Amino acid sequence: MINNDKIKIENVNLYYGEFHALKNINMNVKEKEITAFIGPSGCGKSTLLKSLNRMNDLIEGVKINGKMLLDGIDIYKDMDPTMLRKRVGMVFQKPNPFPMSIYENVAYGPKTHGVKSKSKLDEIVEQSLRSAAMWDEVKDRLKKSALGLSGGQQQRLCIARAFSVNPEVILLDEPTSALDPISTMKIEDLLVDIKKNYTIIIVTHNMQQATRISDKTGFFLHGEVVEFDETEKLFSMPKNKKTEDYITGRFG
Amino acid sequence: MRNKFDTELENLNLELIKMGSLIENSIETSARALINQDLELVQKVNEFEVEIDEMEKTIESHCLKLLLQQQPVASDLRLISTALKMITDMERIGDNAEDIAEIARYLVNQKYIKDLVHIPQMADATISMVKRAIDAYVSKDKELALQVCKDDDIVDDLFQLVKKELIEKIQENTENGEQAIDLLMVAKYLERIGDHAENLAEWVIFSITGQHKTK
Repeated sequence: MINNDKIKIENVNLYYGEFHALKNINMNVKEKEITAFIGPSGCGKSTLLKSLNRMNDLIEGVKINGKMLLDGIDIYKDMDPTMLRKRVGMVFQKPNPFPMSIYENVAYGPKTHGVKSKSKLDEIVEQSLRSAAMWDEVKDRLKKSALGLSGGQQQRLCIARAFSVNPEVILLDEPTSALDPISTMKIEDLLVDIKKNYTIIIVTHNMQQATRISDKTGFFLHGEVVEFDETEKLFSMPKNKKTEDYITGRFG
Repeated sequence: MRNKFDTELENLNLELIKMGSLIENSIETSARALINQDLELVQKVNEFEVEIDEMEKTIESHCLKLLLQQQPVASDLRLISTALKMITDMERIGDNAEDIAEIARYLVNQKYIKDLVHIPQMADATISMVKRAIDAYVSKDKELALQVCKDDDIVDDLFQLVKKELIEKIQENTENGEQAIDLLMVAKYLERIGDHAENLAEWVIFSITGQHKTK
């Protein structure tokens, strides 16, 4: 099966003031695949991830040039950020549930986008929580505060919240780095399970995680993509010596 | 930054060198046991075999420990998985040397139907192959490994030569048949040792290039 390019990144440069954070990035992300970004801290991988749903817009002094296309549409020129964020969801490193009930956390997005019907919202909440593999765990306490959930459950709730507006792409920034191994495994299984419906990009410092779940991996260093290839190739026979040195722990 | 891991890999190299020299000794001793018709040397080969089996287990558990603790990737992963594959071939070489020693035990009181010329040459050629295959692994020398692969032809040619001579001996006198078959088996074991040594070299090439050698 040949998947289409969901996201095209063309000659993208990003500056935080004087600091050149992304240097001439070119990359195509295929739909219904999991793409992993790896690299040492400060290499630009999170910056690129955030740029994909314009999370950098509000940071002062950020300048971006080049093109980022979602299904061929320039997300910086021809797309409203609210619409972009409906289509491209984001999950952060630290679970950040809203200080409200489990139900309200998931219903928040659809409500913002104009869904008013109680039965429709119920359906979305159940469906999203099921997709995040936590419906059975929380169905009897939907009205309870989300802050009472464990860290792993909170993170899956955040993933459910991302599902609730029916996005096409899900971006995850180190989603399991604060979680125990069981919760991590649940989220990894979940991501592999949902990739049939979503295009997923994940930033991770856990290289074994990248090898377990991703189809493609990009290695970033000093704001550049050093190597972007099929995950299995990149981790077994990297083409670039810098990639080899990083993944085998010789620097980084 | 990865001192402990590098030390462990260095130890793995030393263990493979040690196992390599054990099997070289074992081939050499089994060939001498046959030529000199010496039961003490047969016994020595049996002792080598026990040591080789032990060594295989030691290296295997070392590799598994490294896989568990280091979760190696890229060249590290290939190095360790190659070591795991190589010890299987090395252990088989040890078995073949023991098989030769057992035939030597059986022939210890028989007068040979011909001078043993090419069998010792086969033994020398396989010993050299094993030694260089291990060297190639340790020094990550692809050219050396390729050379070892080529040298299997020398062993194969010698086998054909031995076979031809033994057929002539049987044609001369059918009573030579039984010993000729025993000697042919020795040559066949050496030919198998050559194949295992070639496998060793092919694994070395895989560990260096990430690609299996195409025949």
